[in-house]
Order: sequence, then structure tokens, then C-alpha cells
Amino acid sequence: MALAVLAAAPAPARAAEPRREVVLWHSYRDAEEKALDAAIAEYNTQQTEIHLEPQALPNEILASKISTAIPNGNGPDLFIFAHERVGGWAKAGVIAPVDETADAALLKDLLPETISPLRFEGRLYGYPLAFKSLALFYDRELVAAPPKTTDELVAIARENLRAGRVGLVYEDGDFYHHAPWYFGFGGTLFHEDGRLDFDSPGAIASLAFVRDLRAENLVPEEITGALVAQLFNEKKAAMVIDGPWFTGGIAKDVDFGVAPLPIVSATGKPARPFLTDEAVLVSAKAKNLADAFVAARFLAGTRSATIRAVQGRQAVANARAWDDPKVGGDPVLAAFRAQLSATVPMDNRPEMRDIWEPTQIALRQTLRLHTTPEDAGRAAMRRHYALTRPAPPPADPLVYEIVGVGGLLVAAGIFLRAARAVVREGKLAAALAAWAWAAPAAVATGFLIFAPFAYSLLLSLRDFRDGTSTFVGLANFWEILAARAYGPMEPLSFYYALMVTVLWTAVNVALHLAIGLSLALLLNRPLLKIKAVYRVLLIIPWAVPNYITALLWKGLFHKQFGAINGLLSLAGVHGVAWFSSFWTAFFANVCTNTWLGFPFMMVICLGALQAVPKDLYEAAAVDGAGPWSRFRHVTVPMIRPALVPALLLGTVWTFNQFNIVYLVSGGEPDNSTDILISEAYRWAFARKEQYGYASAYAALIFVLLLGWSWFSTRLAKSAEARA
Amino acid sequence: MKKGRLDLWPHLLLIPASIVSIYPVLWVLKMALSPGQTFDSNPSPIPRALTLENFRAFTTTHDSSGHWLFAHELWNSLFVAGATTVIGLLLASTAAWAFSRFRFPGRETGLAAFLLTQIFPGVVVLIPLYQMLERAHLLNSLLGLTLVYSTTSVPFCTWMLKGYFDTLPKEMEESAVIDGASRWRIFWTIALPLSRPMLAVTALFSFMTAWNEFVLAATLMNNETSYTLPVALQRYVGEHSTDWGTFAAGAVLTSAPVMALFYALQKHLVGGLTSGSVKG
Repeated sequence: MALAVLAAAPAPARAAEPRREVVLWHSYRDAEEKALDAAIAEYNTQQTEIHLEPQALPNEILASKISTAIPNGNGPDLFIFAHERVGGWAKAGVIAPVDETADAALLKDLLPETISPLRFEGRLYGYPLAFKSLALFYDRELVAAPPKTTDELVAIARENLRAGRVGLVYEDGDFYHHAPWYFGFGGTLFHEDGRLDFDSPGAIASLAFVRDLRAENLVPEEITGALVAQLFNEKKAAMVIDGPWFTGGIAKDVDFGVAPLPIVSATGKPARPFLTDEAVLVSAKAKNLADAFVAARFLAGTRSATIRAVQGRQAVANARAWDDPKVGGDPVLAAFRAQLSATVPMDNRPEMRDIWEPTQIALRQTLRLHTTPEDAGRAAMRRHYALTRPAPPPADPLVYEIVGVGGLLVAAGIFLRAARAVVREGKLAAALAAWAWAAPAAVATGFLIFAPFAYSLLLSLRDFRDGTSTFVGLANFWEILAARAYGPMEPLSFYYALMVTVLWTAVNVALHLAIGLSLALLLNRPLLKIKAVYRVLLIIPWAVPNYITALLWKGLFHKQFGAINGLLSLAGVHGVAWFSSFWTAFFANVCTNTWLGFPFMMVICLGALQAVPKDLYEAAAVDGAGPWSRFRHVTVPMIRPALVPALLLGTVWTFNQFNIVYLVSGGEPDNSTDILISEAYRWAFARKEQYGYASAYAALIFVLLLGWSWFSTRLAKSAEARA
Repeated sequence: MKKGRLDLWPHLLLIPASIVSIYPVLWVLKMALSPGQTFDSNPSPIPRALTLENFRAFTTTHDSSGHWLFAHELWNSLFVAGATTVIGLLLASTAAWAFSRFRFPGRETGLAAFLLTQIFPGVVVLIPLYQMLERAHLLNSLLGLTLVYSTTSVPFCTWMLKGYFDTLPKEMEESAVIDGASRWRIFWTIALPLSRPMLAVTALFSFMTAWNEFVLAATLMNNETSYTLPVALQRYVGEHSTDWGTFAAGAVLTSAPVMALFYALQKHLVGGLTSGSVKG
């Protein structure tokens, strides 16, 4: 109380000079967020100059928002992010180095393992807040003592398997979780020239190790984060490899311990997980750099670190915070601190961002047990090479400018001639009056649909790398169409994706039409009862937002928890892994899209059927036409005018149905179910922001659809003319 | 078909179809009403235990500064979807009227251009759109999002409304012209009231475009208090843990209004979409 009064007293004097705001973006949630907020709240009451304002963003979009918002001048002053993006952001001028303003005492307090990952080309970018790595979680009821070596780990896992439990569960299809074995077996990430090194003896041995775990059933199939948590919480899994974030989700009744990962028996070296160094980074475009530096130093300081460690249970980078018995005496934190000495800092070079997709391919191929570790390793290296292909040579924009200006002049000429004709015929006033009605819609679509698309066409002539772009002319298009890295029959090549897209579109549209038309024919029967009930039930899928549908169906197809496998197991079919082969994954996508799309077609068909005059059927019946003949000669010709545009639109929408493919199969297995639009999205947002390449994909999609629309309208017109 | 006999066999097909159609929705409902945050492979759509905890969790989230996030999200969604509907209807109906009733130079080109927008690959246009809105200071603003949404639905709605206007009899307009009514008056007092069912359908589509959209909202909005409901849902399907229960509760709350609108408008929906092409 007294303190509050004291703090409030000088307020009027302060009010004259408002505090300068420093905005901090982060993606902490739950306890970590509360602890950060508590530390910041304390900071804001202790000094009078700066108001530190934390803003929580979803983890999934934080990085892309930073990459886009800061260069455009509307990002935060500070943000908290893992160190591995430091290299890319430093190169692109997104973040500012802190070494000139760093305080020697603070640097001495910070654990050296957590400082070095923040260095890039000799400069220090940001201060470490906390370190995260994987460690071994074990159920004390099932594991007497944590394994010291991998041989012991395998022995414990076998014991538990015999007892009907799961020995070990971790997200083994993901390289982050595989990394401890990879480095423990002596693998290294890159060759000196920057190529991925995924076929060294160590790398192959680590793949063989996880293949054997899988083949012996010591780890389950298709593991997801949710499965790990569920098995551990139900006391069905003896051991889990996961990070500190796993702790918060463990059920209260599980008596668990955490230990450093074991020593790899084959090499005698410890399994070394990646070290993720969570740091506060300073935006190069901060409103006030000096203030941002001050606030960043506070966040890394002992007081903030202690609050974050005690309340948020963070393994903090500030060594002095560990002197607090509540921090140093915490067994979970202690295990992660012990693991710190056997970690590999996540490489902070920009090249690092391209390894996840290739390594994931190698792991998933190995775990499906169809491929040898050697072949899987080579597949990863090949994919890495394709993603990091060398930049095309810069092109001279002059030719393109001449063509562009020429095109614009021709367009302007055509427009002027048409306008002159209108004036000559004295229709100008009428035309302007009519256009005034359409103008609001035309202007709006012009600005917000046509202009961005035209702009993306311009982007397709450029090559984007590390935040800068160069003009390369049509090189992106040649690159895509030449299919050099992958042959035309392999995933990731344009032609393969095109084939999948065409198949995808044809199957979906056919099913939409078949199901929609059949249901409409049934619902249109005059004597049918409770029509309205059916119509309401059958229209429901249309009303559900697309991305909810996608996530929902992904869940329904889940191998362990999915209701579809639940239903199949009633029929004696167990554990279908839907996303591990092309046809089943494609089937899952098609099911989802058919479910969400048939009501539209049904409604169209129903509307068209209701408009068919009844006397036509009666006349046909009098002429002795059977049901099929009536359908063929009365129904089909009558509803065709309504169906053709709906089918044309349906085709175009399905061709570009991004949400479903991206969220349901996600391209699994190995990008084989990706369609053109999801490939384009990956190039733009998941693979080093290659906007130019992605825009070239978009332009090709546009040309294809334009050609198809032209062709199919012609076809429909000639069919109508014949009919 | 003989009169008086019951038509029974279609039910043999319609019942399974209806089950397939509502089963996934029941499943979300089950997840939303069950305690816990995990999926359940039990195919029965009936929850074993009932709780409203997931709905409570979704509707009571607060951010660090004490903002009641659900209220913000709901308001943002309602505002954006409502404004999109009004602006979209205004733009689409005037343009559709012009395309339907007036013959003017550029009419065919304009109609074709509107159709053309449907084949633009959407997600790739995100980057230019972001930069343009940023330059116009419309980033992280409900107005900016509304503008983007209302234009997305305009081309499709214009085509639909044009088809409907084409079917309206012209006699009334002609007599109104003789009485000296202006074009605007004819549009406002004759055409629009006659098109009420179709306007309702068009409004539904505009509303749905805005209410259900996720990718653009996630990219263009910057902080938690300016998110719409779909973006808020993303919070629960994270990288390391997935709160399926809370997600399902949020999904139910997000989908419910659109479902209600569909239910209310389904009569107009059938027939409305095809009116233009079956005029015969």
C-alpha cells in the first residue's frame, strides 16, 4: 500500500513527458507469456522513460510477419525469436546489431553457449533470453533409471513393448527431433560448398538406427505431437523425446523425470539435439533504437530472467538467475541445463532454412521402410539442391521494357479507336451514363484484383534472394518449364504437379456433378416426403468454413485417432496410414473436397430441374419414352444451360483449391499430392520466399486456365449449336 | 409415376447421404462438448461426457493487457462481414443492373473481365496486395480488410445478379419510363424490391466470403485484438500442442451463424443460382 502511494506521488510531474513506447512482438503462450508479462509489468513501474508493450502473435505467422512488416516500416521495435533466423534477417537488414551498445557485465552473466549462436559475420545480434533443446522424458513408474546409452534405451523400449506399451515416442519424421541421433552418429549438415551432406556414414547410420526402431515397432507409426502427449499422459509410453514446452501438457498423475539424452553406443558420443536460442532481437527500423536497446538489455537481465525462470519455468540464458534456489533446484530445468553442454546450435546461416523439407523426405521415406537409408539420404540431397538452385543470371530489362511499353501503346490505341467510334456515333453520353453504374465495381476490382495480379506478373520476372531481387527476365519460366532438377514424371516438377492438378480437378468435378445431380434428381421427385429435411441436412457442408473442413477431415483421417480408421476397425481393417502413399493421400483430399463441394452442385441442379416444365415429361411419357430416355432427351438438354457455367466455375475453383490440399494431405507423401497452386504457395512462403519463382507459377496457372476456359466455352457453344 | 403411391426407395440413398453430410459436423460438436483436448478414434458421434469447458475457454480468452479477445474477434468478424455485405451488394447490384439493362460499348469486355477474376490464383497475389495496402495505410485495419473482401465477392455476385435481372419482365420499367421515372428510381423502387430473394442469396455469399476467410485476414491483420474469428482459431492448432477441444468449440461458434443463414435462405438459394441461365 505504502509503496503504491509513493509510486503514485510523482505522477503529475511525469505526465508532462509521456513515456516512449517500445513494442515487443513474441509468440509465447500460457505460463511463459504470463511470466514475460509479469517481468515487463515490473519494468514499466520501475522506470519512467519507456513503456514496454508486449504483443503476442501466433507462432506460425510471427516469422513471416516480421519479414514483411519490418522492411515496410510497420513492425515492432523488438521481437523475440529463435536465433536461427538471425543470419537471414541480418543480411536483409531487418535486425540491428547490439554489440556497440552491449553492456559487458550483462554479457558476462549470459551463458556463453547462448551468446555464440547470435553472432553473424562477426557482429552480435540481440541478447539470449532462454535456451531450448530436446531431452529425454520418462515415466518413473515404467522406467527405473533413465538410459545412459542407446543400447540401454533400446533394452528399456523392448521391455515395455513386451508389456504391451510403447517403448519410445517422439516426432521421428521431423529432422529437429532426429537431430540428436544424427549428430550423435557423427553426421554433419553441410559440405564446405553449402550442399547438404546427407549421405555421410554418420548420417546413414542415424537413418538406419531409426529404421530399426521402427521395424522392431519400438516407436509407433506416423507420430504427431498430439500422439506423443496422448500416449505419455495415458501412461502407455515409457519414454518421450521432447522439449521444455512438453512439460506443461503432462497430466498431473504422471510421475515423470527428465534426463539428458543418452550416449550413442555405436560411436560413444552423446546424442546432441539442436539448441534453440530464444533471443530478443532489435528491429533495424525501431522508432527509437536507443530505447529499444535499453529495453532489450532489461529483458535479458537477471531480474527478468529470474521471473521468467520461476514463473514461466524457462531455462534462462542468464547464469545469475540460476543462483536462485527456485531455479537451480528445479529438476526439470536442471536436466535441460545439463543437456546444454551436448547440443548443436541451430545453424544460423540462411541455408539452414532449406534443410527441413529435404531431411523430412529422407526420414519419412526411411520410416515407411520402403527405401534404404542410402537412397533416402540421396533423395534429401537432391531435393536440397533443387530448392537452393543457383540464381539465374541478371537480364537486361531493356527488351522487356520495349515490349511492355509497346503492348501498352497498342492497348491504348485500341481503346482510343473504340472511344473515337463511340464519339463519332454520338453514343458518348449514353456510354458514360451506363459506365457510371458499373464504375464503382470496376474501379474496386481494378485496384484490388487486377492491379495486384499485374504486379505479381512483374514480380515473376525477378529473382528473390535474401531480401533483395534482381531482374532476370523470363528465366523463372524457363527454369520451371525445363524441369531440370526433377524429371517431368517426378514430384516437384511443373509437369508432374500439372498432371496431379488435372487429375484432381477431373475427379472432383466429376464426383461433384455425379453426386450433386443424383441427389437433386431424388429430391426433385414429386412424391418424396420430408424433402425439406434432407435439403437442410445435405446443404450443411457448404456452410462450414473451408479451412475448418480441411482441419476436421485431416483429423478424421488421422491414423491413430481418426474416426475413419475407427470405423474401418469395426470392419476388421486396422491402422490405415492415409498420408503415406500417393493414392490414399489423394483419396483423403478428394473425400474432403467432395464433401464440401457437392452441395453447391446439388443446389444448382435442383434449381435447374425445378425450372423444367412438367408437361415436357408428360408429353415424353405419352410418346412412350422410358425413365432413361426422358432423362436423356428432356432433362439433360433442359438443365444444360445452367450446368455449363456452374461446371466451368467449379473446375476453376477446384483447380485452385489451395486450402484443402495444403491442409489435408499437405502434399504428403513427399509433395506428390501437391497441386500447382500449393506448389506456388510453398515457393512463395515456405521455401525462402522465392516470390519471383512463385509468381511465375501463378502466371502459368493463369495461362492454363485462360486457355481451358476459352476452349471449354467454345466446346459448349458448338455443342449447343448442334443440339 | 402413379399418384398416391409412396416414393420410398429414394430414402435408401438419401438417408446414407445425409449421414455422410452431417457426420463430420456432429463429430466437431462431440469434440467441442467432450472434456479433454485430444481426438478420439471412437466413431460414435455421441459424447461420453458433457462439458461446456471448451466453449468457456474459447469465449473467455484475454490477452496480456486484459482485452477480452473473444469480444474483439466477434466484433471484428461481424463488422468486416457486415460491411463487406453492404459494400459488396451495392457494387454488385449497380454493376449488374448496368450489364443487364444497358447496351454500351465495353459491356462485353467488362463482363469477360469480371469472369476472368475467377481464374486468378489467389494466394500468390498476397504479396502485392500486402504492399499496396501498406502504402495506402490500410494494413491492420478493418477497413482495408473489408475493401479486399468486398471486391473478392463482387465479380461472382455481379454475374449472379445480372442473370437474375435478365429474367425480370421489362413491362413495369417501360411504363415507369413513360411516367418519367429516372433510371435510379426504376432501379431502386422496381428492380431491387423484385429481386429481394436473389439479393438475399448474394448477401449470403458476400457475408460468407468475409466471415469464413482465413489466409488474407491472418496476413493483413497484425495484433490479437484485430483478428477475426477464423484467425483466432489458428491459436489452438499449434506446432507443439493442439487443443482440439477448444478448436472445435471455436469452430462450432464460427460456423453457426453461416449455417443459420443458410437454413433461413435455402429456399431462395435453390433456383436463385440458376435463374439467369434457365430463362429458356
